[in-house]
Amino acid sequence: MTEQVVNDFSITVGTPNGSGSSTANNTILRAIFKMGIPVSGKNLLPSNIQGLPTWYTIRVSGQGFLARREDQEIVINLNAQSFAKDLASVKSGGAFYYEDSIKQPIARTDIAIYPMPVKKIVREIPDLPANLRDLVSNMVYVGILAQMIGMDKEKIELALKFHFKGKEKPVALNMAAVHAGAQWAAANLEKKDPYFLQAMNKTDGLIMTDGNTAGALGSIYGGVQFVGWYPITPATSLAEALSEYLPKLRSDAEGKHTFAIVQAEDELAAIGMTIGAGWGGLRSMTSTSGPGLSLMTEYLGLAYFAEVPVVVWDVVRMGPSTGLPTRTAQSDLSFISHIGHGDTDSVILLPGDINECFEFGWKAFDIAERLQTPVYVVIDMDFGMNQWMTEPFRYPETPMDRGKILWEEDLEKITDFGRYKDLDGDGIPYRTVPGNRHPRSAYFTRGTGHDDHAKYSEDPNVWHANMERLKQKFQTARQYVPQPVLHGEGSPVGIIAFGSTDPAIEEGRYQMEQEAGLKTDYMRVRALPCTPEVGEFIRNHERIYIVEQNRDGQLHAWLTARNPEYATRFISIAYSDGLPPTAKWVKTAILEKEQN
Amino acid sequence: MSESLPMAGASAQVNAAGLSKNDYRGAPSTLCVGCGHNSIANQIVAVAYELNIVPENIVKFSGIGCSSKSPTYFLNRSFGFNGLHGRMPSLATGALFADVSLKGLGVSGDGDTASIGMGQFKHAMRRNLNMVYIVENNGVYGLTKGQFSATADVGLELKKQGKNLYHPIDICMEAMASRATFVARLFAGNAKQLKEVLKAAIAHRGIAVIDIISPCVTFNNQEGTYYSYTYGKEKEEPLHDVTFHFASDATQNTLTYVPQKEEIKLEADMVEGEIREVKLHDGSFITLKALEKHYDPTDRMNAIRTLEEAGDNGWLLTGILYANPEAPALPDLYRLTDSPLNRLTEKDLRPAPDTIAKLNAMMF
Ligand SMILES: Cc1ncc(C[n+]2csc(CCOP(=O)(O)OP(=O)(O)O)c2C)c(N)n1
Ligand code: SF4
Ligand SMILES: [Mg+2]
Repeated sequence: MTEQVVNDFSITVGTPNGSGSSTANNTILRAIFKMGIPVSGKNLLPSNIQGLPTWYTIRVSGQGFLARREDQEIVINLNAQSFAKDLASVKSGGAFYYEDSIKQPIARTDIAIYPMPVKKIVREIPDLPANLRDLVSNMVYVGILAQMIGMDKEKIELALKFHFKGKEKPVALNMAAVHAGAQWAAANLEKKDPYFLQAMNKTDGLIMTDGNTAGALGSIYGGVQFVGWYPITPATSLAEALSEYLPKLRSDAEGKHTFAIVQAEDELAAIGMTIGAGWGGLRSMTSTSGPGLSLMTEYLGLAYFAEVPVVVWDVVRMGPSTGLPTRTAQSDLSFISHIGHGDTDSVILLPGDINECFEFGWKAFDIAERLQTPVYVVIDMDFGMNQWMTEPFRYPETPMDRGKILWEEDLEKITDFGRYKDLDGDGIPYRTVPGNRHPRSAYFTRGTGHDDHAKYSEDPNVWHANMERLKQKFQTARQYVPQPVLHGEGSPVGIIAFGSTDPAIEEGRYQMEQEAGLKTDYMRVRALPCTPEVGEFIRNHERIYIVEQNRDGQLHAWLTARNPEYATRFISIAYSDGLPPTAKWVKTAILEKEQN
Repeated sequence: MSESLPMAGASAQVNAAGLSKNDYRGAPSTLCVGCGHNSIANQIVAVAYELNIVPENIVKFSGIGCSSKSPTYFLNRSFGFNGLHGRMPSLATGALFADVSLKGLGVSGDGDTASIGMGQFKHAMRRNLNMVYIVENNGVYGLTKGQFSATADVGLELKKQGKNLYHPIDICMEAMASRATFVARLFAGNAKQLKEVLKAAIAHRGIAVIDIISPCVTFNNQEGTYYSYTYGKEKEEPLHDVTFHFASDATQNTLTYVPQKEEIKLEADMVEGEIREVKLHDGSFITLKALEKHYDPTDRMNAIRTLEEAGDNGWLLTGILYANPEAPALPDLYRLTDSPLNRLTEKDLRPAPDTIAKLNAMMF
């Protein structure tokens, strides 16, 4: 046997969709995480409830690289449909586990082959009622794998306890299957591949969760009061997390709620409600994905023009149209940045890890209320629905900013309240909200032309001045949005990116330096419009690769339009196929251009 | 905070809320002279004055259309939001959560409700929003200059449109089918009935749909057609004489701060069985005096049957078709804090610092 390879490999599990393998796969991920080894896991799902092949890919990396890899050292197959493909995908020298009732030719001799009699092993578990066999059978491969790569069974139990919320019976049943698998493997399989786990301490103090949950929890700490939503993959679990956690975290002493959630009849209504509530003075949000956002467009244009604060989460999936609904992409940036007809500009927050999903969750409300405009928080399927290890959530470090809002006592001090008057020269007017009982509080909100006092106007000067003020407000936004994160210093070669490409870019930079001696500086932008640091970065680099997961380079286009004098420095690295990006792609694409 | 802003110099007569009629007015109308929508706006002003409403307790909503412009023509001192075409209900749904003591007053058109907005309209019924939902129904798109709407009569001929091929949608029937808790049909030309029913609709807790036949004098007023003035004037058949009565216990009325008392004066010639009383949520009530035959507005099946019959025969039956004052309204279905949501502060809205460690412990 060759030398052991410890904590540096990928595991991919191929199952039929709907076969209940996600508990098993999450258990593997969580157990490795609890062993202190950096790890990531990704669902590569078809859009289907039951039947089609689905994969779960786990990256184990003692070095801490969490991007998806193209190489698969360990492949587990429980699906006849994808058997040949899965077998072919194993890296030479790797291991292939399969459910032995699948009878298909195996021509490879360069890998270790481990047949698994899952059904037989399950049947022989003592005291397991026959009707529960199917439910726990996936745990058998967890047990076999645990035995073969050295996964700690106590950590597996911890993972199951978490999954079953402490309920003893299902944990015991599933552990019985894990043990049965492990015992069978110990007695029947000879280890022929070099891949092993070894406990580390690199995940101490970290938590593991998904971006949608983090976003929902951040929103709750941001004081969300109204949620209007409509189900759509991959955004559904964000609203569902709000429904789960809001009652726990936001009921008063008598159990009364400080929030309301309405599942709307469609996205037209979801955004209408959200905007109504935002106009009414509530911290109001919705979560959706491309098709839903398309339906929300008209109302969002009105909210921009009428200056209504709302927070819109877009968990991006592949488009146009239904696209690949369960696949990931960064392809809504162009659409959102000018959403609505006429002249608009959108304030967009771009979390680059799960902790930032939480942080921008609460910050989004401060920014929306400060600027009185819709704020978009854009993540994607990969962040939203996959489990990620992350720093623990941090309590908001700044008090809530409710923006320029006037109540009865404030109006007493003002003789002439004008809803759209720019008193402070920052483009942001003052607002009142329904329920304010002062006789001078009310105004009429409209999508038509309006003057400082919200009165109907078609005066060309009034229109022009109002639109210029809105534009100025967008400039003011630069003071309030999150600054970019900078890695590296002094290289003439820069990379600009955002969101979930971060792990692939970090690893790609490491590889470029190791393999080609190319050092790069990397700026991860966290909001549009950009803060001044981005301009400085652009000025200080000769070549700037703008890396993103879409076809046309949408961030590239955004930056080019706003920095035309530097357009020739920008090189677009854009690619999208539905799968989370890899370091290899980043490295290859950049080196190819560098060598030209 | 001053209670009112009387017009300078005017020795205005004031109501029990201390407000003059002017305090309930809006901007001058920009609709066509003679448009049915104008008379409705005027009656809203009169009704709000007579009900001693504090205007800040009302929130106005509308969609898009000539009809939807009218919220600017009444209740200047109420907040209002002129939303999108067909999307008023969702806007109101969210806004009314901000402070559930507020009453919504929405104005839409037949196009706005029965064409583009049918989906949201029906879901507003289903949720029983606490608002009055007025449809100023003229069987035509006024604002876009005379296209057929979804309520236009089949066979109707319009100048630029030719003949209407499709059957009309009956807004009251749609409301009934979606379990609206108060449904009325009125004619804009019948001011007295309009006022009394409007008062009842405002007092009703939950959604009150009022489909008001409101002729468009510019595009759909041909003699003898259903939506014309002449048809309403000649053929309107009121189901009953409606009279609104204040609650004797004023504390139940949330829209006005002033005590109000009124005794019911039963008319001398009224015989037992001729008059029906419907008690509303806030203690106020309406009396319905039978005209040709008795009509029970709490009988849902009868309301649906009556509408079906009227539709088949082109009858313009007006009055309160259905009322169910006891059904819980949308906010009653939510367990909200006592103080309005939009008055809550950081202390109420941000979980305490010690919760964050517990939260992190809940993650894996
Ligand atoms: C999304 C959208 N589509 C079309 C229009 C154009 N439009 C404005 S008003 C209207 C019809 C209004 O008809 P109705 O609701 O009956 O009101 P009326 O003018 O008759 O009172 C239309 C189609 C619009 N404003 N928005
Ligand atoms: S066009 Fe018709 S609906 Fe519009 S204002 Fe004139 S009369 Fe009224
Ligand atoms: Mg109309």
